Parts: sequence; structure tokens; C-alpha cells
Amino acid sequence: MRDVAFLRSPVAHATIRERKKPAGLEDSVFFNEDMTGVLPITTRSSIPGYKVSDYPAIAADRVRFVGEIVAMCVAANRARAEDICDIVEVQYQELDPIVNCAAGRAPGVAPLHEGWADNLFLRTSFDQNMDEVIAKATVAVELELSTSRQVMHPMEGKGVLAWWDYRAGQLVVHSSTQVPHMIRIGLAECLGIPQAIIRVAAPDVGGGFGYKCMLTPEEVAVAWLAYTKQSAFRWIEDRREHLTAGANARQHEYKLKAYADERGKLLGLEADVAVDCGAYSVWPFSACLEAAQAGGNLPGPYDLQAYRCRTVSVATNKPPFAPYRGVARPGVCFAIELTIDAIAKAVGREAWEVRLENLVVASAMPYTNVTKKFYDSGDYPASLLEVKRMIDFDRIRREPRRDARGRYLGVGFATYTEQSAHGTKVFAQWGLPLVPGFDQAHVKLTPDGALEVKAGIHTIGQGLETTLAQIAHEQTRIPLKDIRVTLGDTANTPFSTGAYASRGMVMSGGAVSVAAEIVAGRIKAIAAHLLQARRDAIRFRDGRIFAGEASVSYEDVGRAWYMRPDQLPDEVDRGGLEATGAYKPQIDTGVFSYASHAAYVAVDSETGLVEILDYVICEDCGTLVNPMIVDGQTIGGAAQGVGTALFEESPYDENGQPLASTLIDYLLPGPTELPRFRITHMETPSPYSVHGIKGVGEGGAIAPSAALVNAINDALTPLNATIRQIPASPERILAAIAAARSALDNAA
Amino acid sequence: MKPAPFDYVRPRDLQEALALLADENANAKVFAGGQSLGPMLNLRLARPSKLVDIRHIPDLRVVRADSRSWWIGATFTHAEIEDGVADDFSCGLLPFVARGIAYRAVRNRGTVGGSLAHADPAADWLSTMAAVGATIVLRGQAGERRVPAQQFLLGAFTSEVGSAEILTAIELPRLSAMARWGYYKVCRKTGEFAKAIGVTIQDPQIGLFRILAGSTEGRPLMLARSAEILANRGPDRAAREVRDEIDAALSHVEPGRRQQLVVAVRRSLQKISLLEAA
Ligand SMILES: Cc1cc2nc3c(=O)[nH]c(=O)nc-3n(C[C@H](O)[C@H](O)[C@H](O)COP(=O)(O)OP(=O)(O)OC[C@H]3O[C@@H](n4cnc5c(N)ncnc54)[C@H](O)[C@@H]3O)c2cc1C
Repeated sequence: MRDVAFLRSPVAHATIRERKKPAGLEDSVFFNEDMTGVLPITTRSSIPGYKVSDYPAIAADRVRFVGEIVAMCVAANRARAEDICDIVEVQYQELDPIVNCAAGRAPGVAPLHEGWADNLFLRTSFDQNMDEVIAKATVAVELELSTSRQVMHPMEGKGVLAWWDYRAGQLVVHSSTQVPHMIRIGLAECLGIPQAIIRVAAPDVGGGFGYKCMLTPEEVAVAWLAYTKQSAFRWIEDRREHLTAGANARQHEYKLKAYADERGKLLGLEADVAVDCGAYSVWPFSACLEAAQAGGNLPGPYDLQAYRCRTVSVATNKPPFAPYRGVARPGVCFAIELTIDAIAKAVGREAWEVRLENLVVASAMPYTNVTKKFYDSGDYPASLLEVKRMIDFDRIRREPRRDARGRYLGVGFATYTEQSAHGTKVFAQWGLPLVPGFDQAHVKLTPDGALEVKAGIHTIGQGLETTLAQIAHEQTRIPLKDIRVTLGDTANTPFSTGAYASRGMVMSGGAVSVAAEIVAGRIKAIAAHLLQARRDAIRFRDGRIFAGEASVSYEDVGRAWYMRPDQLPDEVDRGGLEATGAYKPQIDTGVFSYASHAAYVAVDSETGLVEILDYVICEDCGTLVNPMIVDGQTIGGAAQGVGTALFEESPYDENGQPLASTLIDYLLPGPTELPRFRITHMETPSPYSVHGIKGVGEGGAIAPSAALVNAINDALTPLNATIRQIPASPERILAAIAAARSALDNAA
Repeated sequence: MKPAPFDYVRPRDLQEALALLADENANAKVFAGGQSLGPMLNLRLARPSKLVDIRHIPDLRVVRADSRSWWIGATFTHAEIEDGVADDFSCGLLPFVARGIAYRAVRNRGTVGGSLAHADPAADWLSTMAAVGATIVLRGQAGERRVPAQQFLLGAFTSEVGSAEILTAIELPRLSAMARWGYYKVCRKTGEFAKAIGVTIQDPQIGLFRILAGSTEGRPLMLARSAEILANRGPDRAAREVRDEIDAALSHVEPGRRQQLVVAVRRSLQKISLLEAA
């Protein structure tokens, strides 16, 4: 096996004038022109007005972000491969970079891609009932907000190892991916070879978060190498590559104007949303999913009747935008929740009261909101009141606003909905090239009475091996220790689009349930024969199969079918003890989990540092299949949310250079920065999904920036300062305090 | 992120190490804990041909003291100082500072001499040594040089240490039982470099009154006026002088940064004041 290192562009925008391979190393260095016949990653969309970008695995004659691949170098080990990168000569003719949304949407700016009329991937607009509202509202608040660019930073980076299996005549690609079946499709399209000669196997994946749900140039390049050289090659992402070429998430800008009555009842919302999309559209989720999600989810959990929203997806000289845990919703939750607090301030009420005034109530469920989102079930106000109780709001309000060290204290709330397991129609509406349909799973009783479960979804640390086994157990009652779950290998699992959009438990869990139910029925049929009982008299109990007091084991059933069929009559079910099941919920609109978060913080107005004193969460993801795993998902997501709120940021300078290329500059929250999250659960089963399950993978990450910044702003009330940009770094907090002070001085 | 090729040598004594460094064709570099140099090698920001690992040189692992001064060898790790493996004559200041550097894994390898030689203005030892009025001891083949700690930095990441020299020890004044110190580090999270450092040290018995603002863009800033007020009128009065003195000395620095320095220094003074009240 040989190692691959990529030479990456040091400049944000340039044409490549010349590339030269070092003498004697011509066979170890690969440029775009070497990859004859390979197509660029191209994400088409059926949305009118969407502009297509071609994203070649190795840059052709132009680079569009720092970190874009310019050459692929191969050697016996990574250090040697990097030595070769050092001596490849590349001459760049620099072009003006587009480094932010404002520059990218300025009139007359030269578009990043040939044949584009302007520099936007897409522009959308939505308008319902706004004109009436503007005329009659008594209160209006305006806010400008922004969220910083981030990397997703899974603990384990991306990695690809590809080799040629001579015996099978197959290209085998081991990739750290959330979506092996999709990657097979994508690779086949780019390489121009049949899908049948590609096998994609995802090993244990140490965190994905969306970073591993798209086809990457590295996958295409390494797979091409293995295919053409019929040999084994490996690339493992390092932290610097991730921090620069992987800076691809979260950057939004908002201009909001909200209209309300004097109690703070929200009457209408106007929004301009810009997403800093980077240079190319990722496959298959495109550069436009983020803005679509932003526009669609901005109304949040609130009963809002009038809404006007324009979104632009701006092409910039940065890495291509990808959907990070929560997809747009951490941004929109931040936006709408700061708006609610601003309204509360304008009408002189507590923020939680104004929230309560506006939340969709339980009796209104199911509720179709202004953007046609179908909120299937739940009691949103109850979750808010629960976190208010947990954080002990009344005590906080009774106590002094400053602690013994002089720090300012504040409490903040946020409530959100998390559309999960949304299906075919929703993705089709977003115009994506690959639309999820039924998820599939395969279940088989082995001859010795154990159960094998195979699903095309993948596990990325969310515990699907456990929870899918629980579902199979629910149907068959085979002890959990005898259930084995296999995931993520196109060679031995049925098709699934994969793990994203909080869909695993609903979709794949549903498919396992269907398949296991079929197998359970056939187990019963054979057991009925062995026990000489009627089929409807068969019961699963205590790990055995009973008819009255007589019983057989699962092994007896397996042995009869596979090894002693002579004991079975001819009319026994010939389907056998294995089945593939397919599932999608009754509705494609998804099932909506929701939660409220509340944060209690201390802000040091002299240093700008924030300490989280308490953080509470009340969440409802329908039926809790495994409470410990739900807690784990919630805590992990919330930890990432704290990063978004207070620490993580990939700034770029005016030349498009990333300024956070090591972990000294890109701050992640560590154990000492994280609070002990206190969680309570509500359990409102969805009427529309099997077992009443709703997704829970993303939710934790959505609300922390909203809850924490609302808490910070509450704390800073006596200083009249407000934070409108995340992360709420010490510099931003000190600047906000200084600005408030000088505004006060000017007024005086 | 793999280093360019290099050789590695482990000299047994100082003479051998200095000879290796003196060879102009060798492009050799001292390697101590590797906690700063390691990342720089991996990022290929440093490309020495040879690493001279000084951790096994006995002369650099000595602590000794007389009645007025004490010396600590360059290769004691932050963790050894934190744990008291190296004897302490600073009334607890050095162990306290050590505990606030990075995380334990970094402290287990990073050395006090390496930290100083790396010359990051945000480093804790740099400010600490300047604040106590330490002297940095350097050795080359030609002999020994001694540089006051507050003049040791020439600029960010450049120090008095020549490419063929080794920082062998730090000489510090021995603090009396009457000594009081306050050390305050503003940083965003545990284990991060300081955004601002404030150090106050007073030891009336030996006539030492010093106040320092550290983690500036270059040399740490000695606040002589504030220190004089500290000596004559105590920490609370000194605290009132700090802002003016910092603003005057660092007028070119962005106000937010200055603010953090002022806060760090004031809080180091506050600690003295609390100690006196107790
Ligand atoms: C995650 C992380 C967090 C950190 N946080 C902090 C922090 O909060 N505060 C802080 O102060 N530091 C921090 N550091 C830096 C840490 O203290 C390093 O250990 C220290 O800066 C370098 O010491 P070293 O012994 O590892 O030196 P090395 O990395 O081995 O060497 C550093 C440089 O000094 C030279 N050198 C080393 N020793 C000598 C010598 N005796 N004579 C001449 N030249 C020499 C080397 O040639 C090299 O140029 C952090 C480091 C990391 C990795």
C-alpha cells in the first residue's frame, strides 16, 4: 500500500499557469490532466435558477479556495509523499478573491464560475400575508445577526483506502463515510465505471456530523488511483487539512424585521438570509440545502401567520459548504430566538412569557405552519415551562444581578423544532439529485438461533448497533446478546441513502422493524409445527417460543429450517427465515422532535469571559428507544453548540486566507468549558412513524448559541450591551460593552 | 503534517551538545520537550537537518540555592516544577504558574528552558521570570552569558539565544517568608496560552516590588510607576495607576487588548490585597 498526500492551493483564487512534476518522480505525481475520462463532481438540481458548478477532484486550470487540491503525490509513506508535494512547482496567476457575502453579491462582481450570469448559486423568495401585517403591527424590531464559519471537526478525520480486488474484479473503497451506498453511486458517476464493480465499505466512523455525508475530491482521486493502478492507496486527513480545506459550515448573515402586538405576539417576520456557500456545490446535498433549510425553518416553533423571506446562496472563495449537524437550524434558531428576546425587550415582558405567547400549543397539533411544515405532535410550551422550572428562573430573578466577583448574571431560553427523518417529497422539493425513498434492512435467523441484522445506514457513533438490535428484539424477542448488527458495506447490506438528517432510528429502525416482523411470523409458523399447535397460539417469552406450557428454542426453529427440513411439512412458509424489509413513514414531511434549552451564565465585563453556571434541556423525541443514547446524542450535540456559541470560528483575511489553521487558533470547547448538561425527557410518540419514534441526532446542537447568547444579553442588560454575532468571544463582548458605553456617553 | 527528514542525536554532556550546534554545516537545532518544536516540525515551519536532544544532559537538571539566589536547570519540565520534584524557593509562585500551563500531557514534556527559548510573548515563564527579576544563563562554546529576563526577548519568537547556544539555567532571587505574589492569566479556556498576564511580586525583606503586564506583542511590560506606588502605598493604590501606565506605554495597541492587560494586572494586585487582609 502506498500513501497519498495532496498538494493544496496556497491562494484563494487563481488560474494555474503552469504545473511541473519533479524530474524522476513523474510516476508519483498526478494532475488533473492525468485523470482522463474522470468527470468533476457536479451536483444538478431541479430547482429553477440554480447554477451548477463543476468541482474537479484535482483542480484543472483554476483554483477557487485555499486548500483546493492541485496535485496528488504518492510515496511509500506519508512523510515521503509530503516531501514530493514540497517540490512540485506550480505557478499561480492570482485573481481577486471573493471573501464574504457582501463582496459576492455586489453588483458587477465577476462570477466564480464560467457561464454564470451572477455570483449566486441560488436566490429564493417566499412571501405570505406580509403587507397586511406591516400596516397593523404596533411593535417592530430590527436585528442584524451573523454566525461564523466553522469546521465540523469530528474526532476522527476523513480517510480513504482503496484497492483493487483481483479475485472479485472489484474496486474496494474503504471510506470514513456516513453514506456508503451514495458514495458508490457518486464514484461510479465520476469514474465512469459500473456500480457493480465498486464496493464501498465504511469502517467504524469516529464522528461524521455531515462532514462525511458527501462525495469528496479525495475519495474520487484515491479511488481513481486504485482503479487505474490496480493497487492499494491510502489518504488520511490531517488536522491542518481539516481546519483549512474543511472550513465549510455554519456561516450565515441575517437581516430581520419582526412585527408584533403590544403583548409581544408575533404577527409577521421579514428576513433576508445570506449563506456564504464557498466555491462549489457538494454532492449530493448541493450548495442550496442550507438556504432552503434556513428559509423553511426560520419561523421556528411559533405560530406565525405572515412571513417574507429572501435567501441568497453566495459563491465565495472558501471551501464548499456542507450540511453540519442541525443543517442551518443552529443559525435560524439563533436568529429567531434573539428576535423573540428583542420583542420581549420592546414590549417590556420577560422573554419566556413572550415565547409562551407565541409557541404552537399542544391542542393545535398537528399544525401546519406558514412554510407548510407539518408539526406532527408535541407540547412545546410544556418543554419551555419545564426548563424554566429546572433552571430556577424565579430564584435567579430574585437574586442580585451580579455575583460576589462582580460578574453579571443572566438567563436565556431557546425553543426549537427539529424536523427529522423527512423523506422523499421534501428532498425532491429541494431539487437534490439523490432523493431518499424507502430505507431497507435485512434480518435473518441463523441455524443456531441467533439473529443477523444488516442495514445500509451507517453508524457514526450514534449507537445504531444497539438501538437497531433493540428494535429487532422488540419484534422477535430474541435476546439482545444474540442479535448482531452489520452496517455500512455495500457488499453485504441492502440499500439505504445513509446516516444524515436525524433519520437513522426512524427510517432504518422502521425497516428493521418491518423485516424482523416478517421473520418473526415465519419463526412462529415453524415453531407452531414443531409444537403441534395453532400459529396464533404461539408466544415469544423468556427467550423461547411457547405454545401453552410447551416450548422450543430459536435454535430448534433454525435447525429445523436449515438442517432438518425433512421434519417440516411441505406447506411450511417457503420464504425462509430471512427477509428484507423496506420502510418510510406514512408522511414524507418528517416527524418533529423539539426541545427547550435554558442557560444561566456569568459574564466578566472586564475580560469578556463567559462561564456557564447551569444548562438545562427538556427534549421530546417521541418514543425513547434507548434513554442513555438519547442523552448521549443530546449532550454531544449541545457540546458542539457551546462551541458554536462561544469558541469556534474560522476567520478569513481579505486575501481569502484562513486564519485558524491549527488548534491554537481554532478553539474547541473542552471538558472544563462544558457545563454538566441537565436533561429531562418528554415522550410524545409520533402518530406517523412506527413505534412513535422521532429523530434525535441533531437537536442538541441547534439551541445552545441561542440560549447562551440570550443569557449573555440578559446579563449585559444593565450595561445596555447586546451580542449579535457568534461566537460570543471575549473581544466581541468587550466591544459590545464599549459600544454601549460610548453610545451612552454620546447621548449624555 | 509529517516533518521533513532530519537526524536525531542525544549528546551526553554539554560540551558535546555545544559542539554539535557549533557545526555551521549541520543546521542543527536544540530539542527539549518538543512541545513547541514538534508541531513546528510537523507543519514544516522548522526544517532543521539535525535535532540535538538535550534532555539527558545532567548539568541541565540541577537545582541549587544560596542565601540570596537560586538556580533551576533548563530541562526541568513544567510538571516537575508543578509537583515539587524540583525544589522551590519562590514561595510557591513557580509551581502555581506551572499548573496553569497547557494540559498535563504537555506539562509532562515541555521544559522551562524550552518555553523561554521558544520566545512566545504569551508564554507564562517569560512573564514570570521577568517579573521576579530573574537572569537567564546561556552557554556557547566561547563561554557563559547572562541576560536579565526582561531583556531576553528581542521580539515575538526571537530571543537572546544564539543558534549555537544553549539556555542552561535560570537564576532567580530567593524570596523570603514575607513575600507575597499575585499571578493572573486571562485565557479563553483551560490549557490555552494567555491573552493577558498580570504579575505582582512584593517582598519587603529583600526590597522587591515588581509589577508586570505580559502577553503583549513583544517584551513583557514592567510597570515601574505602579510598582513604586505598591512599595510606598500598597496594592489598592497601585491598582489605580495601572491603566494610565499601560495606556501610556502601549498607546499603539488596540484598546480591547489594553483593557485585558489592565484587568490581569489589577487582579494580580487584588490577590496581594486579599492576602494582606487575611
Ligand atoms: C497544547 C499546548 C498548550 C500550551 N499552552 C501553553 C501555555 O498555556 N502557556 C505556556 O507558557 N506555554 C504553553 N505551551 C507551550 C509549552 O509550554 C512548551 O512546552 C514550551 O513552549 C516549549 O518547551 P519545550 O521544552 O517543549 O521546547 P521545544 O519544543 O523542544 O523547543 C522549543 C524551541 O526552543 C528551543 N530550545 C529548547 N530548549 C532550549 C534550550 N535549553 N536552549 C536553547 N534552545 C532551546 C528549540 O530549539 C526550539 O526552537 C503549550 C503547548 C501546547 C502544545
